[in-house]
Amino acid sequence: MKFGILVKESPYNFQAFDSAYNFVIAAIKKGHEITGIFFYDDAVYAANKYLDPPQGERNIRLYMDDLKSKGVRLVVCVAAGKRRGLTNDTVSGSAEISGLGQLLELSIESDRLITF
Amino acid sequence: MLNIVKKSPYETSSLSSCLKYIKKGDVILFTEDGIYAVKKGGMFEKHVSDASQTCSIYYLSPDTEARGIKSDEIISLAKPVDYQGFVDLAIDSPKSITW
Amino acid sequence: MVDQESKAKIMFLCKTAPYGTIYEQEAIEAMIMFSAYEQDISVAFIGDGVLSLKKGQNPSLINIKNFTQTYLVIVDDFEVSHLYVEKESLEERGMKEEDLLTEVEVLKRADLISRIDEMKVILPF
Repeated sequence: MKFGILVKESPYNFQAFDSAYNFVIAAIKKGHEITGIFFYDDAVYAANKYLDPPQGERNIRLYMDDLKSKGVRLVVCVAAGKRRGLTNDTVSGSAEISGLGQLLELSIESDRLITF
Repeated sequence: MLNIVKKSPYETSSLSSCLKYIKKGDVILFTEDGIYAVKKGGMFEKHVSDASQTCSIYYLSPDTEARGIKSDEIISLAKPVDYQGFVDLAIDSPKSITW
Repeated sequence: MVDQESKAKIMFLCKTAPYGTIYEQEAIEAMIMFSAYEQDISVAFIGDGVLSLKKGQNPSLINIKNFTQTYLVIVDDFEVSHLYVEKESLEERGMKEEDLLTEVEVLKRADLISRIDEMKVILPF
């Protein structure tokens, strides 16, 4: 089955990013396809390439890299990102910046769209 | 419909909105801070138990365990799932709403 | 043209008041983008979401653009198919249809539930 994922909440104020990550890993383990993760609203902060948490603390960039290495597309909304200082210069290598049309595509092409 | 309730019912209207919109045969999955709704003896026990008359009730066990809530502290009509179980619930319902 | 049958039915479920968070503003941006792709887009206001449609807003006083004005033209100019408002949520907040800034379809919760059920995807904001 094809799953599209929408993450809307900030990765520091909320657990949404982590829940989405765990869901995606479980879905891949079960042999499902992830059509992509779309980051919107404050969730775009997960794709900041300058994230630098203290040692031993959860490092979102590593989780993003892990998803990317498993073939998951990580799409940051261009408008939501620009507003928050995320551009091609500041976005992490595992993510790509694209438009809301990508969220529409995930909505249409996935069998399920799950929001976190 | 898979209804995902992820906010604490003590702080937000996430659960109360969900309960207004459920239909017979729906699934409710409590995740993140939403899991406090299924704690025994809490003020939402009755709400969840009423909903269980028409809906199936699940909670994400990594989220309860993380918060120190053991399975015997959870109302018995709620069934545990792990993330793979979450994926299965998402497959079983053709669509979902995250409240 | 995409024919009516093959259009994806997508609903924005707006349940947040307009200025305390950015959800409502970014929901509108998404609605406008989505509407350009000739799909069947509905917007439903429930809970605090109905407050976004209150007449007479002046958010310039708190340095925010009056983005809810977009709802005045979203059906005609952007071809969003439906703006639904839940009757019970309006009443709970002491509001009537006349208090709203644009024409909408006011539905009882039970009727809105059946509309939601027709959707392929529901996007909560």
